[in-house]
Amino acid sequence: MILSVQDLSFRYNSHPVLQDVRCEARPDEIVAILGPNGAGKTTLLRCMNAMLRPKTGTVMLGEQDILSLSRREIARSVAHVPQHTEPPRVTAFDAILLGRRPWIGMNVHQDDILKVQVIIEQLHLSGLALRHVDAMSGGELQKIVIARALVQEPRVLLLDEPTSSLDLKNQHEIMRFIRSVVHTHHLTALMTMHDLNLALHYADRFVLLKEGMVYAAGGEEVITPKLIEEVYGVPVAIRRWGGRNVVVPHADADDSLRLPGDSPGTVMSM
Amino acid sequence: MHLDISAVQEPGAYTGYIRKKVLFLCACTVILVLLAFVSVGVGSVMIPFADVIQTLVYHSSGNAEMIIWNIRLPRVLAAVVCGIGLAAAGVVMQSVLRNPLSSPYTLGVSQAAAFGAAVAITLFGAGTLGRLISDAIVVNNPYLVTICAFMSSLVATSVILLVAKYRSTSPEVMILVGVALAALFTAGTTFLQYFSSAEQIAAIVFWTFGDVGRATWSDLAIIVAVITPCLVYFMVKRWDYNALDSGDETAKSLGVNAERVRTVAMFLSSLIAAVVVSFLGIIGFIGLVSPHMVRRIIGDDQRYLLPGSCIVGGIILLGADTVARIIIAPAVLPAGVLTAFLGAPLFLHLLIRGTRS
Repeated sequence: MILSVQDLSFRYNSHPVLQDVRCEARPDEIVAILGPNGAGKTTLLRCMNAMLRPKTGTVMLGEQDILSLSRREIARSVAHVPQHTEPPRVTAFDAILLGRRPWIGMNVHQDDILKVQVIIEQLHLSGLALRHVDAMSGGELQKIVIARALVQEPRVLLLDEPTSSLDLKNQHEIMRFIRSVVHTHHLTALMTMHDLNLALHYADRFVLLKEGMVYAAGGEEVITPKLIEEVYGVPVAIRRWGGRNVVVPHADADDSLRLPGDSPGTVMSM
Repeated sequence: MHLDISAVQEPGAYTGYIRKKVLFLCACTVILVLLAFVSVGVGSVMIPFADVIQTLVYHSSGNAEMIIWNIRLPRVLAAVVCGIGLAAAGVVMQSVLRNPLSSPYTLGVSQAAAFGAAVAITLFGAGTLGRLISDAIVVNNPYLVTICAFMSSLVATSVILLVAKYRSTSPEVMILVGVALAALFTAGTTFLQYFSSAEQIAAIVFWTFGDVGRATWSDLAIIVAVITPCLVYFMVKRWDYNALDSGDETAKSLGVNAERVRTVAMFLSSLIAAVVVSFLGIIGFIGLVSPHMVRRIIGDDQRYLLPGSCIVGGIILLGADTVARIIIAPAVLPAGVLTAFLGAPLFLHLLIRGTRS
């Protein structure tokens, strides 16, 4: 299912957050939404499942305007992994089962239970199934939340900084997992990210936001040192490493990043 | 996306885990029913268990018939139904406000309802003074009392919902709001007493102690008519409450209209509190204690927590009333006094331990 955002603008009260944003994501594709803090990444993601209503412009889900759909209909097509989840005091199995909410009527069906079991096996979460979610580590919790999103059987997956609270190993594990799910089930995935190298590693296309506007969009070729300096205000170099592009900030060129006492020319470790 | 379920087996461990919860609910139900039968026989006149069964099933003549059908049975049923209702209101409030310290009593909703009912009784003449101290006040217009209690409880609920809108509201802050509301409405009730006659003061004071012995068959009919649809609604929405437990953002992404679910749940919880207060007076802590007891045993899943809390709420209020009837027999204590003895220590324990373990 193609998700396309057309001329979308959004404002909180009188404060404009997004202006004339256009972007599109297709099945089998991971689109990374990049940009500095406050650029409107999370707001854009929330507009994509109608959690926020844009002031102008539309979000099209396939052929349909998302605002013409009910919440339940949206939830059957679009799953959302928020940046922060309040861990409820239930077992992982129950927490994942909650993802069936858009499909269940009065009560869960045996099929719902089995679908949760499928996801648990695919994610190798069997060892966690009957453990309580509120006692889990950040990485485990994130996997449970992603499992809950997948058991919704969505066609579009929205992830808000899915790796922000994870250690290095878990970051790559989660991203590899998301990529394989996207390709296996032909999902359309959009995620906001801060880590440019993680984005370059796993995403297929990129949307760079700056002050609520799309500054650049496209494949890996749009990620240039010039562009990153313009969007983030940090001079970087891009190097090939192991067959892929790696962004390396060289902070010494920027006076604002120098610590007091640093002599000019000292490379700051990032 | 479609998940192929043909290759997986039923998760046995999970099924067993669910079976335990169902077993717990069944065990509680059996305890409640047994307690009800025992309770019917207990009081200043003790009726043997066999006679209770015989009177209930076959009817009989004589004292037992009169005591059971006119006094004990409405009392027992009122305790069970109101215990269930208060527990349901408590567990739903705790869920939608994401605050484990919530209940109609701790948030001041019950006190607000009491004020509304007192207004109806003293100013609108919905109640008259009885001759006996045991029925110090006779409500002769239960509808007016309930409506006034409900209107007043809605004022408290609106304040709570407004405060809850501020995101950073911690459970402790919400309890302080409850303290403020309770103080305000209790002051209102005191204000009414100031302008009342001595008999009216006695009546109001007596009436603010929650006592399940006040309910008549017709009161019971109104209580059941109000509480039953609320319970059905809560059960239908139990998945929404589960979703809200994971935060508003998650709930919305699962297709739940978080604001509406919260507002309707608070509205109906207030209605339950209002109807209970109108007929029985203020009975505290049932809505706080029973969800916490059940949560300890079967966890936070609303599918089981909600019915479990209801049944345990019925057991606690009925148990409290049964003890209240025999502890200083032949005199009868108001059940509300006993539930407070049970609930206040637990409330302190929750505050000291921290609300989120």
